[in-house]
Amino acid sequence: MVTSTENPSPQTLGKVRPHQTQNEALLFEKSSPGKRAYKLPPLDVPAVDPAALLGAAHRTTPGELPELSEIEIIRHFTRLSTWNYAIDLGMYPLGSCTMKYNPRVNELVARIEGLAEAHPYRPDALAQGILEVIDLLQRCLLEITGMDAITLQPAAGAHGEFTGILLVRAWHESQGNPRRKVLIPDSAHGTNPATAAICGYTVENLKSNAEGGIDLEALTRQVDEETAALMLTNPSTIGVFESQIARIAEILHAKGALLYMDGANMNALVGKARPGDFGVDVMHLNLHKTFSTPHGGGGPGSGPVACKAYLEPFLPIPVLVQNEDGAKHWNYDRPQSVGRVRAFYGNTGMFIRALAYILANGPDGLRQTTEDAVLNANYIRKKLEDLYELPYKTASMHEVVFSDKRQAAKGVKTGDIAKRLIDYGFHPYTVSFPMIVHGALMIEPTESESLEELDLFIAAMRSIAKEVEETPELVKTAPHSTRVSRLDEVQAARKPILRWRPAE
Amino acid sequence: MRYLPKSPAERRQMLAEIGAASIDDLFAVIPAENRLDRDLDVPRQQAESEIIDYFRAAGRKNATNYASFLGAGAYRHYRPVIIDSLVQRGEFLTSYTPYQAEITQGTLQAIFEFQTMIAELTGMDVANASMYDGSTGAAEAVMMAVRVTGRHKAVVASTVHPEYREVLATYAKHQGLPTTLVGYDRETGRVDLAALEAAITQETAAVLVQSPNFFGIIEDIPAIAAIAHAKGALLIVSIAEAVSLGVVRPPVEADIVSLEAQSFGVALSYGGPFCGVIAAREQFLRQMPGRLVGQTTDSTGYRGFVLTLSTREQHIRREKATSNICTNQALVALMATIFLSVYGKEGIRELAEHNLAKAAYAAQMLAAQPGAKLLFTGAPRFHEFVLQTEEAPAQWSQRLLDEKIVGGIDLSRWYPELRNATLWCATEIVTREQIDTAAKVLSAGPARASAR
Repeated sequence: MVTSTENPSPQTLGKVRPHQTQNEALLFEKSSPGKRAYKLPPLDVPAVDPAALLGAAHRTTPGELPELSEIEIIRHFTRLSTWNYAIDLGMYPLGSCTMKYNPRVNELVARIEGLAEAHPYRPDALAQGILEVIDLLQRCLLEITGMDAITLQPAAGAHGEFTGILLVRAWHESQGNPRRKVLIPDSAHGTNPATAAICGYTVENLKSNAEGGIDLEALTRQVDEETAALMLTNPSTIGVFESQIARIAEILHAKGALLYMDGANMNALVGKARPGDFGVDVMHLNLHKTFSTPHGGGGPGSGPVACKAYLEPFLPIPVLVQNEDGAKHWNYDRPQSVGRVRAFYGNTGMFIRALAYILANGPDGLRQTTEDAVLNANYIRKKLEDLYELPYKTASMHEVVFSDKRQAAKGVKTGDIAKRLIDYGFHPYTVSFPMIVHGALMIEPTESESLEELDLFIAAMRSIAKEVEETPELVKTAPHSTRVSRLDEVQAARKPILRWRPAE
Repeated sequence: MRYLPKSPAERRQMLAEIGAASIDDLFAVIPAENRLDRDLDVPRQQAESEIIDYFRAAGRKNATNYASFLGAGAYRHYRPVIIDSLVQRGEFLTSYTPYQAEITQGTLQAIFEFQTMIAELTGMDVANASMYDGSTGAAEAVMMAVRVTGRHKAVVASTVHPEYREVLATYAKHQGLPTTLVGYDRETGRVDLAALEAAITQETAAVLVQSPNFFGIIEDIPAIAAIAHAKGALLIVSIAEAVSLGVVRPPVEADIVSLEAQSFGVALSYGGPFCGVIAAREQFLRQMPGRLVGQTTDSTGYRGFVLTLSTREQHIRREKATSNICTNQALVALMATIFLSVYGKEGIRELAEHNLAKAAYAAQMLAAQPGAKLLFTGAPRFHEFVLQTEEAPAQWSQRLLDEKIVGGIDLSRWYPELRNATLWCATEIVTREQIDTAAKVLSAGPARASAR
């Protein structure tokens, strides 16, 4: 065995040691004409002449797709995969994103032939299995939220918001006035105002109070007969439960306005409190957050919308109904419906996974999950609050938000600390959000972290705080251990290169 | 609970360090009257084996061993094995949106490859990182055209997938975006060009057509583009069957293409998750919705990829964003990227030609049966066709089901003027034997069937 005396041995930092990753070019740069990764079976019907059949519509110039063998494709994507951080590798404390464990049985059951290969237009009589799955998931989600009716059609959280605000609008229209504005706290996700705008509403900002919550006086002042709804995230984006929630609902309802709840943070509530019990009229859930369906590098998501009974007539078509004999079918005859928000019935593959998660947990597991998520966040808070500024002292639920105030005094920002966490083997927390906290560090550990992993994270954060004092440049230039260093985003945006092109 | 990595002792230790007497202390902030003081009424906690049993039973109840001639926006193609091997790698499956570029280069490079492949196949300059699906993608494309042109009306062909049109109607309703529907030519099944020309005005932002259209007919894109562009409207082409691009000329005259990429290796899964994507001419880039991955370099000059042009997006622009879209379909787009790597430049053509041949044979065999004929024979089609029968579809489709075949879908639910017309699809997966059986069942009229 050859050893080098030149190279120092790799260094351990926290829980990581460097290891090699393979370089890998783009697929197109590896392509070579004549290579094949496919073989079609012999054609069992007469071959046709495409040029004769299609005439002017025949494609004569093929798209420049790569030509590779199967092993090269396996290596290509496997190598790429090793450049990613993932929940499967370690803690992924992105606040507001709920990066929890994605159970593998979910993946298995979503691929069961009778479910995965079901065509959406197969006759209802041949789809009773999947319809029963959808029905059971709907009933579970209604029980968990305490609401009366639900649609699973929206493809993601923002799509759910869109659907929910359409329900709000349809309700007001049925009362004679669609109303004009939607109130949105300054701590809200960016999707909230964007959603209100595409539903034709004017967005009115609601300033948070000193505790980061809803300012009841401001709310009372701003709610009027032209207010369609308040879009509220509860617990809020600073991880705090709105303890005045019942009063908030009362203020809105007194003026005929509705309470919309962004369910992004339901991981703090499942089995402990139900939005339907504290005055919420309509809300969305993110199956890819609370109910463990995988984020997959950015999607697919699924954003069911649950509502109170009086909003039920407006749900998107179709709606699942049951005959007297127990058979289920889709009902399209709903004259008051807001219409359709997506083709077919939604991201059904995600429904299967979410139901598998609920079944694996049961009522006791769901409650324990919520308790552990809140326990983990409070543990981190306790162990870091001496070194990082806590702008709001209110009790934390499933996430804790610090600010970089003390570190910024040394010229180190939240984004730098986040990048340095990478060197310690962690994915960064959510950076600079919510906007009501200057230089926010938004940490959501979820229930999926062991005490050991939490302690390693805390040790890393404490070590970085020390580095900020002693060697701030080290933090400001992080990460130092990745395949690529900080990337030039300005260059990327100024002269966008969004596709590969062959060299001239 | 098996997903939770803590012992009771560890929980007690953590509570003690926090200074809480019990877990209830941490929930005390929720007013007592708002707390749930009972178990949720959901099924009890189940073993992994029970969960698998439950879903296998559901799968069996769904009826599996049926041959199918269903298409209409959801297509069954063979899915190469390595797609699921690769997308189930935890590094892809369990990572988030690649905002932290240094540790998500794998996802970012794969999306860059996806964008390149989609641009190549559609004949557009650029493509985004994916949309929810083809229906919402088409609606977003129309809103994009409104932003580009500053005009506020749209013209939509009635041969666009009916459910896509319904989704567009939902989106357009509250944005002051009236749409005009244009019918089709009864001989060709193509959009009625004269009616189209008459419908477009100086206020028309976009013309939305689908090709192959809902009847499987390939539209005359150059002619439609000329009509749209003459009045300054953009042309949006929706493509619901992506495999067609292997053999059908791409809509290069279009300004925006909205593609449903489900056919590229994505399971039917009762309608989702699928994979929309918007491609366009480069000049419209700044009005594009959704995420985009761009190439750049790191501080040492090494090539890398980042999410870019995010100033269009909701998390920066809030109510002034190009769209409220946040999540995309990254993992499904990865499936499509792997599928396209497997088939490659030659394979996608060969695959498309097999589809063309199967559908040509199926159309010929079914139309040869007594009382049956093809509609819209005056224009080329890909792998779907419209069959009209003397017998009501409800009758023969039951006979087909008895033979474990799901026949074409009844079009009267969307096009009441098309009496006894059904839309059939034959992909490469359909066998000659299945086609022959279907033809035989179709020929067995009511008298003979009842005599069996």
